Amino acid sequence: MSNEKTDWWVGLFILLGGVALSFLALRAGNLSSFSFSPTYALSAKFDNIGGLKVRAPVKSAGVVVGRVASITLDEKTFQAVVIVQIEKNFHFPKDSSAKILTSGLLGEQYIGLEAGGDDSNLVAGATIQFTQSAIVLESLISQFLYSSAEKQGTPQGTESASAPKPPKVSQ
Amino acid sequence: MNRLKFLGRLGESARLRLTGLGLFTRFFFMLVQRSGIVFKRPRLVSQQVHFIGNFSLLIIIVSGLFVGFVLGLQGYYTLNRYGSEEALGLLVALSLTRELGPVITALLFAGRAGTSLTAEIGLMKAGEQLAAMEVMAVDPIRRVFVPRFWGGMIAMPVLAAVFSMVGIIGGWIVGVLLIGIDTGAFWSQMQNGVDVYKDVLNGVIKSMIFGVAVTLIALYEGWQASPTPEGVARATTRTVVTGSLAVLGLDFLLTALMFSN
Amino acid sequence: MLKPPTKSNQPVLRLDGVSLGYGDFTVLRQISLEVLPGQVVAMMGGSGSGKTTLLRAATGQLVARHGTITLFGQNLAHADRPLLQSLRQRMGVLFQQGALFTDLNVFENVAFPLREHLNLPAAQLTERVLDKLSAVGLRAAAHLKVSEISGGMARRVALARAVVLEPELVLYDEPFAGLDPISLGITARLIRSLSDRLGCASVVITHDIAESFAIADHVYLVGQGELKAHGTPTTLAASPDPYVQQFIHGQADGPVAFDYPVTPAFKAWLARTGAQP
Repeated sequence: MSNEKTDWWVGLFILLGGVALSFLALRAGNLSSFSFSPTYALSAKFDNIGGLKVRAPVKSAGVVVGRVASITLDEKTFQAVVIVQIEKNFHFPKDSSAKILTSGLLGEQYIGLEAGGDDSNLVAGATIQFTQSAIVLESLISQFLYSSAEKQGTPQGTESASAPKPPKVSQ
Repeated sequence: MNRLKFLGRLGESARLRLTGLGLFTRFFFMLVQRSGIVFKRPRLVSQQVHFIGNFSLLIIIVSGLFVGFVLGLQGYYTLNRYGSEEALGLLVALSLTRELGPVITALLFAGRAGTSLTAEIGLMKAGEQLAAMEVMAVDPIRRVFVPRFWGGMIAMPVLAAVFSMVGIIGGWIVGVLLIGIDTGAFWSQMQNGVDVYKDVLNGVIKSMIFGVAVTLIALYEGWQASPTPEGVARATTRTVVTGSLAVLGLDFLLTALMFSN
Repeated sequence: MLKPPTKSNQPVLRLDGVSLGYGDFTVLRQISLEVLPGQVVAMMGGSGSGKTTLLRAATGQLVARHGTITLFGQNLAHADRPLLQSLRQRMGVLFQQGALFTDLNVFENVAFPLREHLNLPAAQLTERVLDKLSAVGLRAAAHLKVSEISGGMARRVALARAVVLEPELVLYDEPFAGLDPISLGITARLIRSLSDRLGCASVVITHDIAESFAIADHVYLVGQGELKAHGTPTTLAASPDPYVQQFIHGQADGPVAFDYPVTPAFKAWLARTGAQP
């Protein structure tokens, strides 16, 4: 086989490889949802981040506006410090709140941003003041049991207090 | 007495294996050290990419298609029980990019390209072609082995990527065209679930490592083959067996490393 | 392209009391020979007498245990790799089966040493290759693949490849083995004419009496691990030595016994099978 023909076939082979890789990255993977637009950082503190992972999406009204960049522990307040990168074309008021939500019933966790009403916006490096931690299933269950136990307890007490005393029987 | 003899033979066999492993490592370093020829004569490498890669394309594409078909079918049967058929795209894509793409391609590669490398070199050895090169003051390692090493290393990841792509398309053909799952759900669930760095890139890294391992074993077995017809036949068998075992063993190691949380 | 024969008397290849072997096994002992420029030397001996071992020693592939091997005036024992490579470029080797590169065609095979060592422009390279091919009568076969040519043709192509760099020494490993009478005659004449044309020394390793005696200037007879005799073909033919006589006249029995020697292993086997001792 002549040299040019070999080169042509090899070129085709490598091209096919490139096509396959791009297919896998774009069509099969989530590369297309990566935006390469510039971002700015915001931080938020949570008591419990649950199952939140780095590169989890940050959504507002269901639309992806950014990604979680890093998760660390503040050793003074023992709160989780989450730094998110938000796309520069999205701005949120100073009193916006961040909640850790779950997509679907048992799906991946993400941060939901709810806009507040303040006139001025959060700048790069600012901290989101209002946060809501992830819902931990065990705390939820124990809360439920405790409150239902409480509810059952109080009617018993009032009943005994307001129950008419039995008449004294004289000897 | 027999027990002593047995122990003696066991020790001898262990010693031989260790020496073999040492020789194998030395061979690897020789190839890396003399890889300069890749830049001086890239045509040699591209010729090998052609022989190794292009000639394996057909079997990779056909196998990929059928594996995709089977994944689509089996995946559907299983997901159907839990009412999650829409996740078929995700199942097919993850299975292929993470595991089946690199591993099956590597096994097929060992069988097709690996054996042909071993046989070619073994026959060159038997026909005194390597000795002739040496006497002509041409280093056979540089001229014959290094281009084939790099050719295999370049061809493997490409073949694995093609396998995965064709497999996903095969899964789509079965799932969407034949069974009737919604095509939008197929692709969107896949796109949401398959991560480029974690799944696709790790799969590519796996296939590169497999490529190095299989090509190295194939070249080594050819280099060490007895210069007789039986010797070459035994060497090609060893290439397939050792290569396949190495791929499966490395896969376990790499999966544990890459996909542990 | 014609080179005048060199007038110097410095031997191209010289072995002084050389012993060669593999592992514990010694194949040849105390071999002394020399090859002068422009000479055709025949190295003869029975099968397994170590002729190929001699060849490998001359190319530097095998290191001598005792004695010195001097190639182009350089002691091979002290030659480092670069020096060895440069020495090898001044010699050509014709292997027994031709050892052509099966993935290249006839032209590319002969062009191989030129491509590897010299940087010739394409036209010059083509001219040189075709010239060497025409010297062996295969110019019109340049386009053929190695699988398409016969054994005899393959050997001629290998010969063209061995001389394409116009070496000062050419080694032939059993060039006459398995050839038909016509090819035999052609090969022998080619060896002589190439040697005269290029002014190179030729060492022909063979056990073919007729052809080698016809073209050799000097003959070395090797047997039983040592040098048995040497001289011009006429001297050797007239030698009274029984080994030489048995070899030259192809006698069945003589210093080289016809019957395989009896060993204890054979006696044990015989006892087991119960045959008549």
